[in-house]
Amino acid sequence: MTLADMSQHRPSLYTKDARTKARNSAEKRFRIYGVVAVGVGVLALIVLLSSVLGSGLGAFRQTMLSLPVTLDAKLLDPKGNRDPADLAKATTITYGKLLSQALEAAVTEKGLAPEGMKTKEIGALISKEAPAILRNQVLAKPELIGTTIDFEALAGGRIDGFFKGRVTMESAALDSNVSPAQLELAQKMRDAGMIKLALNPAFITNPDASELRPESAGLGVAILGSAYMMIIVLVLALPIGVAASIYLEEFAPQNRFTDLIEVNIANLAAVPSIVFGILGLAVFINFAGMPQSSPLVGGLVLTLMTLPTIIIATRAALKAVPPSIKDAALGVGASKMQTIFHHVLPLALPGILTGTIIGLAQALGETAPLLLIGMVAFVKDYPAAPPEGFLDPAAALPVQVYNFTQRADPAFIERASGAIIVLLVFLLAMNILAVLLRRRFERRW
Amino acid sequence: MNTAKIGVSALAILAASTAGALARDQIQSAGSSTVLPYATIVAEAFGENFDFPTPVVEGGGSGAGRKKLCEGVGENTIDIANSSSRIKQSDIDTCKANGVDEIMEVRIGYDGIVFASDINGADFAFTPADWYNALAAQVMKDGALVPNTAKTWHDVNAALPEQDILAFIPGTKHGTREVFDIKVLEAGCKATGAEEAFVAAMGEKDGEKACLALRTDGTSVDIDGDYTETLSRLDANKNAIGVFGLSFYQNNTDKLRVATMSGIVPSTETIADGTYPVSRPLYFYVKKAHLGVIPGLQEYIDFFVSDEMAGPNGPLAAYGLVSDPELAATQAMVAAGTPMGPLN
Repeated sequence: MTLADMSQHRPSLYTKDARTKARNSAEKRFRIYGVVAVGVGVLALIVLLSSVLGSGLGAFRQTMLSLPVTLDAKLLDPKGNRDPADLAKATTITYGKLLSQALEAAVTEKGLAPEGMKTKEIGALISKEAPAILRNQVLAKPELIGTTIDFEALAGGRIDGFFKGRVTMESAALDSNVSPAQLELAQKMRDAGMIKLALNPAFITNPDASELRPESAGLGVAILGSAYMMIIVLVLALPIGVAASIYLEEFAPQNRFTDLIEVNIANLAAVPSIVFGILGLAVFINFAGMPQSSPLVGGLVLTLMTLPTIIIATRAALKAVPPSIKDAALGVGASKMQTIFHHVLPLALPGILTGTIIGLAQALGETAPLLLIGMVAFVKDYPAAPPEGFLDPAAALPVQVYNFTQRADPAFIERASGAIIVLLVFLLAMNILAVLLRRRFERRW
Repeated sequence: MNTAKIGVSALAILAASTAGALARDQIQSAGSSTVLPYATIVAEAFGENFDFPTPVVEGGGSGAGRKKLCEGVGENTIDIANSSSRIKQSDIDTCKANGVDEIMEVRIGYDGIVFASDINGADFAFTPADWYNALAAQVMKDGALVPNTAKTWHDVNAALPEQDILAFIPGTKHGTREVFDIKVLEAGCKATGAEEAFVAAMGEKDGEKACLALRTDGTSVDIDGDYTETLSRLDANKNAIGVFGLSFYQNNTDKLRVATMSGIVPSTETIADGTYPVSRPLYFYVKKAHLGVIPGLQEYIDFFVSDEMAGPNGPLAAYGLVSDPELAATQAMVAAGTPMGPLN
């Protein structure tokens, strides 16, 4: 073969030979794999979100009943002296009977009352939470006794479920807690304007409720508890984490001891969170004698858990500051501390904040360590304002999700999904904040 | 800036740990997840109607609750342990060793255990012997112990439908499992004569234990979670039978079809009069040293066993508790603060 032959056979760049084709199709295949991988992720997210939103959005709307209630002085204040101590003797059971009678009177007046339905069955349309609300109103304003007030009461869980499509006539026929006749009455009352579905801010503000009244269960205590813990984590983990990483990064000598510390920090970041719970139980509750179920102990445990994350992120941010800036500062005569606090730290701040917020978001979603320190509990009272509130019992958002899923009444499924939505909104807000901070302050060299 | 912050936070820790020694003003209880809903109902009503804070109620299981109760005396230990099985001598010994000398035992009522399947499935009428023959590792056949090969409920008892055996039973950490073991498996073991054969072969102690050995071919599945998990498993597997608490069943009657046991339909009435065989008492245990120290503790336990709460027309009965016919005696005992005697 001569040289001329070869030049004749040299393929044009415009016609692809077999190997180029193979290379190109390999690339194409790889791209398809990538798209499929992203697609699977997006699909999983869509399925998750649609199932959570589908079953949880109902929690943000609630069936309300409005009826006139005559506050009978004979029942509520038999002695007639309006003395708070005597008024408190009328329990929620008395108020419950009063409400049942009031509702019966109201539906009879409108001609809706089905024949043969007992007062108790009609009263079952009202939530068991309503008597407590009414009682608190009366105790706060004793002059209401003897008058007739317009009262907005929560409807019972099954009635609420009926208007949200969870309970049907067919299921009610089999259900021991509600009868089709009660549902028919509820439908008539809705047509008459006595029942309506309204927005439910109480889901965010109310405390948890027992299984007899899922309709009034809310996230108030859990949100407060989570907020208190996040405050403690932020106040403790950020300064400790930043101080530790600055020392390790800038001052510490390179020896076996600091190597050991570094390995340990990397390891701690991967330790299962329940281990921190065991530690918290042993150290903070059994040894230091701090109160159980309190956000203080929860916050301390979560601080321990978040520290490694913050330290690793902070060290990465410090490392990313170009050495030329440090050298320049040192060169014009700044001390090491001045260099760090005047130049390195401000430049590393966006990275540190991002790491901290991601660490906080992680801590916000943590349940396992709280299990052991008594925070997975039924807590009905709001914790007081800080700092005393740090010692009061409280729940946390993920704990509330877990608690709701354990309940027998199917109405709690909606509550659990609603709580997940709230938790997701908080996480999303925190992550967006982290992205914004990074965008806003990050400097590239 | 950082040193200041660290100083402040160190102070915060210090202040917090000293404040931790201050008085606790709400009651704390923990224990059985079966008693948990009842305890929350009472706690809620207590918080509404009394001037005391609402008690904090934690789950975690009967054994864990009793262990926490026995950790010692003082404000960072719990006041009440809820339990779906009776306290054990080992618990009492631990309590004694940690300075918890006097405990009050309060029986709040009874709880039934029901066997239920999907609402659209077939009807079942069980006896303990059916369950033993369906789930035990070894069963009696023609007078000899043989490995269990039954495939369908029909194989076990000709009166039962032709449906594959698949049972979701509570895991061993549950108090409910103990009742299932004793009232169903052991009773069935006795009824079929297998116990006699086991005892003859292995001696009394091992023989009784052998009654509780279940087959391991996947026909019986231990559920370690709650009844909600059992329900969702039933939903996914319509052919299965699940074990539930009566109150859970009563809240989900539109999804579950309950089976009879020895011809009796489970209900609060049949459990109260003792004809439905699978039931158990529910308890809570109070640390006596905390009475008078934790505000409202005495009022709370009085309220718990009062007629308006635990009586047959109270909210606990409405939720599924079978109220105790001897409630009056319990009320007197609680009011007098009588500690429990030695276990018999």
